[in-house]
Amino acid sequence: MKFLCTYFSANRFPPMMLIGCSAVLLIIMCTLSISIGTRVVAWQDIINGLMGSVATMEEASVAMRLPRTLLALLAGSALGISGAIMQSVTRNPLADPGLLGVNIGASFFVVIGLVWFGLSQMSHYVWLAIFGAATTALFVHVISAIGHDGATPLKFALAGAATSIAISSFIMAVVLPRNDIAGSVQSWQIGGVGGATYGSITLILPFLLIGGLLSLTVARKLNTIALGDDVAMGLGESVTRIRIHAWLAAVLLAGATTAACGPIGFVGLVVPHLCRLLVGIDNRWLMTLSALCGANLLLAADVLGRILARPSELSVGIVTAFIGAPFFIWIVRRQKVKAL
Amino acid sequence: MTARHTLSTRQLSAGYGDTSILNGIDITIPTGQITSIIGANACGKSTLLRTMSRLLTPHQGQVLLDGRSIHKMATKDLAQLLGLLPQSPIAPEGITVGDLVSRGRHPYHKLFSQWSSTDDVAITSALKATNTAELIDRDVDELSGGQRQRVWIAMALAQETDILLLDEPTTYLDVAHQIEILDLMVELNQDRGTTIILVLHDLNLAARYSDHLIAMKSGRVFDQGSPQHVMTEPTVHSVFGLNNKVISDPISKTPMVLPIGRYKQA
Ligand SMILES: Nc1ncnc2c1ncn2[C@@H]1O[C@H](COP(=O)(O)OP(=O)(O)OP(=O)(O)O)[C@@H](O)[C@H]1O
Ligand SMILES: [Mg+2]
Repeated sequence: MKFLCTYFSANRFPPMMLIGCSAVLLIIMCTLSISIGTRVVAWQDIINGLMGSVATMEEASVAMRLPRTLLALLAGSALGISGAIMQSVTRNPLADPGLLGVNIGASFFVVIGLVWFGLSQMSHYVWLAIFGAATTALFVHVISAIGHDGATPLKFALAGAATSIAISSFIMAVVLPRNDIAGSVQSWQIGGVGGATYGSITLILPFLLIGGLLSLTVARKLNTIALGDDVAMGLGESVTRIRIHAWLAAVLLAGATTAACGPIGFVGLVVPHLCRLLVGIDNRWLMTLSALCGANLLLAADVLGRILARPSELSVGIVTAFIGAPFFIWIVRRQKVKAL
Repeated sequence: MTARHTLSTRQLSAGYGDTSILNGIDITIPTGQITSIIGANACGKSTLLRTMSRLLTPHQGQVLLDGRSIHKMATKDLAQLLGLLPQSPIAPEGITVGDLVSRGRHPYHKLFSQWSSTDDVAITSALKATNTAELIDRDVDELSGGQRQRVWIAMALAQETDILLLDEPTTYLDVAHQIEILDLMVELNQDRGTTIILVLHDLNLAARYSDHLIAMKSGRVFDQGSPQHVMTEPTVHSVFGLNNKVISDPISKTPMVLPIGRYKQA
């Protein structure tokens, strides 16, 4: 690993090359995601399925995998960008929509809406999730800023972790007495793309688009914040405005993703971190690459989950947690949580 | 750069939260000259610089650029006229020198504007002026304190502002590099006509390199004027609480302060 780091930081690769490679990889991943599953299919079935035919079981399962692939692609890129933004805006390598409790906060509101108010439509989920994500982000901000040294990276991550645990147990407490919905909440709670439908994708798409647009417009501004608040202001930016802009983008992306997939952890942590080692710290490249690699990771995790647990399948949320947890430890050890 | 801009303050009070650090500051920075702000630690020099570059909003009074309040100007317009290098800025991990310096061009760019040849020229000349061109691909983390300081100055130069404020640009530098930076300031001042405002702790270098001095004490201007006028024994004694003797610098013929402590007197 040590070798890897020195190699990466010494020879940064040309951004266009990296983006080209990950785009090609993305095409491969999409193909795999459509063709590999618990049911084995032939090339002809794939082509027929893509054309919309559902005549045979094989063709039907290919057609089923299409929205799932699309959702994994969208969710992965959204989480990748969201993580990149959170890391940049907090100058904290441990920032991630999962670790900071944003995803679980989103699901908390969804569960509350479901259990207490009977809001079970996807269109409700989206708003609840985004509102929950925003509230949690704000909450974690406030508690980590308590104390004279402000929101240090570690305090931020700890505040996020503590909030996540608190919210998780609260969700349990809310759901447990309700046998009728416990099952559906639980499967959603693990985080997966298996239940994807075109309907749910259409519902979150506007939010993802707005989030993506906001990210695109904040990337260059985040480059100034990286130099410290004083320098950023000296370069003509309003630091508060950038922060709000960036958090809005990150929360929209993470919230909408959670609404459709449940809380998926670690993608927003792992992806931007590795991408930063590869492409450097210019947020314009970093976000683009994080979007592509996030999609790649989530697609890969989803395919892996289908292969590993045949004839059943593992949810992506579980697979990403398996990949992400050791990675998290590696980051903490590697930089002793140095600020970005 | 042909446009000449004048920076001044009117009855300026500013600080952090409710506590005022600066009280009734009334100064006019001489256009096209080098001005140094001197004063004891914590007297408010950085606070003044930060207020003059709009990092802090005044509690009372105004900071004026050509008679207009800078707090009412569009931020990016101001950033093209007035640049600031804060005291001990921190570079993010993994940034290269070239990347850092090019971020000085930020005020000239809109959302999706392309990198232009003007940007390239500005960066090349900033790197050249600070003698950092050969460092361009290095990581800022790997540089010595002096190199790093010169790189930050290059970033401020790339901003190509008519007025440049630098907070202790020579701290952490050895004497040779201090002189190098100050010579660079003189060149910038002479070649581009840049108005330069420095916070310096070395009184002798401040007296030697500045056209105008502002001596601060507890958030107020104690005295201001030419080095000959300001750098006198009573002023230095009041501002720093230090016994001293002022002689003429044999090199530059500017005032030179010799501190007198309790020991080591012949
Ligand atoms: N961010 C801040 N929040 C609150 N108080 C501050 C802040 N920055 C500075 N101060 C206080 O304002 C006063 C003036 O500080 P300032 O940094 O302007 O001093 P200075 O003259 O630049 O000192 P030095 O020579 O040590 O750099 C000090 O008492 C300091 O504690
Ligand atoms: Mg200071």
